[in-house]
Amino acid sequence: MILKPRINDVKIIGYYLGKIILGLGLTMLIPIILGIALNEINPALDFLITLQISLVLGLILTKLCFTEKDLNWMQGMIVVSLSWLVAMCLGAIPLYLSNHWKSYLDACFDAMSGFATTGLVLVQDLDHLSLAHNLWRHLIMFIGGQGIVIVALAFFVKGASGAFRMYVGEARDERVLPNVIHTARFIWLVSIVYLTLGTIALGIVGILNGMKTFNAFFHGVCVFMAAFDTGGFSPQSQNILYYHSLPYEIVTVVIMILGAINFKLHYHIWMGDRKEILKNIETRTLFITVLITFCITAVGLAQVGAYPKALLLFRKGFYQLISGHTGTGYQTIYPAQFINDWSQLALVGVIIAMALGGAVCSTTGAIKMLRVGIIFKALVEDIKRIILPEHAIVVQKFRHIKEIFLEDKQARSALIITLAYLVLYALGTLAGMFFGHPFLNSLFESTSAAANVGLSCGVTNINMPAALKITYIFQMWAGRLEFMSVFTLIGFFVAVVKGK
Amino acid sequence: MIKHRLHRLKKPITQIIILISSFWFLASLSFAQPISSTELINNAKLYDGKTVVYEGEVIGDIMQRGDYAWVNINDGQNAIGIWAVVPLVKAIVYTGSYKSKGDIVEIIGIFQRSCAEHGGDLDIHARLLRKISSGRTVVEKFNLGKRNTVLILAGFLCLILILRQLIRR
Repeated sequence: MILKPRINDVKIIGYYLGKIILGLGLTMLIPIILGIALNEINPALDFLITLQISLVLGLILTKLCFTEKDLNWMQGMIVVSLSWLVAMCLGAIPLYLSNHWKSYLDACFDAMSGFATTGLVLVQDLDHLSLAHNLWRHLIMFIGGQGIVIVALAFFVKGASGAFRMYVGEARDERVLPNVIHTARFIWLVSIVYLTLGTIALGIVGILNGMKTFNAFFHGVCVFMAAFDTGGFSPQSQNILYYHSLPYEIVTVVIMILGAINFKLHYHIWMGDRKEILKNIETRTLFITVLITFCITAVGLAQVGAYPKALLLFRKGFYQLISGHTGTGYQTIYPAQFINDWSQLALVGVIIAMALGGAVCSTTGAIKMLRVGIIFKALVEDIKRIILPEHAIVVQKFRHIKEIFLEDKQARSALIITLAYLVLYALGTLAGMFFGHPFLNSLFESTSAAANVGLSCGVTNINMPAALKITYIFQMWAGRLEFMSVFTLIGFFVAVVKGK
Repeated sequence: MIKHRLHRLKKPITQIIILISSFWFLASLSFAQPISSTELINNAKLYDGKTVVYEGEVIGDIMQRGDYAWVNINDGQNAIGIWAVVPLVKAIVYTGSYKSKGDIVEIIGIFQRSCAEHGGDLDIHARLLRKISSGRTVVEKFNLGKRNTVLILAGFLCLILILRQLIRR
């Protein structure tokens, strides 16, 4: 029997949702200040309107639903999944008001793409977008990459045990520090330190590239936020191709890799345990999968003679591949070149890389390295069981911060999430094919959306059908939250309708 | 004798022929229809290594690299990087951004599908750059509709805050 949710459930969900909306609204002060400082008055008004709407909504929810009770698992999961939808709706308002998006749905698409750190875009005339709006596009990637709830946990929640339930609901099942709020604050500390260093590095490279000082640092902060949070937005329509610079590409590759590493691993490296990076199952798996997928891509590119020299093939092939593997989506080629200049084999290499993703408890999406490593270890264990004598005791271990014995439940959990991702990739592919796109193009774009990558082969454009836009929005949302909180929300609505 | 005279005339005749043919080549390109960025990107193999005419708005920074500079030109569909000698880009005054409409320029240059000189980038090496129309500073018009919305929402927000205080009491 399904139980109908009680009014108390709705109140608790509403209260915490209200708090998160208030937190999100306050982040709009940053583009407002920038807009006023740069005399971009209309853009500043766009954000002021959205800030006011957020405050009105947040204040009403926190007052009407006021409670001192803590969240249970179901409520925590629902708060998270609803927070992301509400963030999309609110985050899209200033974008839509700028008149650079054809419809509110397009603005929602880009807002979800930003929060989910995907990087697919439907913006029009990006090269004339205000700096306040451009900063917001990248800021939502920074907020989304750390996790919308992490923002609230770090700054607005004090010692609530329900915090952990929201933390888990946001696809982070690992705590860096014993206390989840300290973990959230550590994640922000890491991000702010890297933000400072990354912005300085990109700013200096930008100046050396011939950019004006202000532009170099503005682009630096934007590109850092999008690269570290494996997002893929860029201040200009040409993406990273705009800079025509090898040093810029090298710096962004380093930032993308840093973003794809587990925050727990960052913590251990910061604490001086540098050997962990060599032993960890995730970094090892990442190294192997990058190597394999790059070989596939390189062979594919060489087959069709896409680039006249091996060095050029490496530069272009490796950049798109590492961008796909880390889930960033930065491109140094035009979307149409994937289809026109690259072979199908090369595309398959990038699709596999996109589908695998980076580390757990990082800013990346997709299946993730820990799960790939565990599945591989489980496979090896099963093969050993078949080969070795029946009496032999087969034990598999893996290194992830500490030595862990592989258990069946870990393998099952990794396989279930992997299967869910494969189904999500297939769903988007079918939708793409339904609207007349070829199989490989549909698979490429679908994987990119569901794995929160953002590389595009041209399927994503302002003229694509609304149903396909909604499909990709759903994929970005479900892929970013890793299903559990999405399934819980669906279950909640089923209980509302069918429960007794 | 005649043969000797012809031999003496050979050099100037050759020079005149080269000059006329160059003039004809550039003139024909000057009057040629510009090719869109979408056409160039979608048929990159076809245009690879060929001289093309491309037209659009200068956007972003002019990035000087030694004696050359990168200029990104957007034709309304995509932006393509143009590699040009510095004297060619001196004519550019306005570059497109939120606060300015960039100069519209016409480029005659060699299109590269994957430029060996520039890390495999799709670009155009400019031979000629001509300003078609000058850009301008865009003056932002204060949006009264947005201002009114802000004022209405501010009133609504104050009302909620007052109500919250009253309920608390």
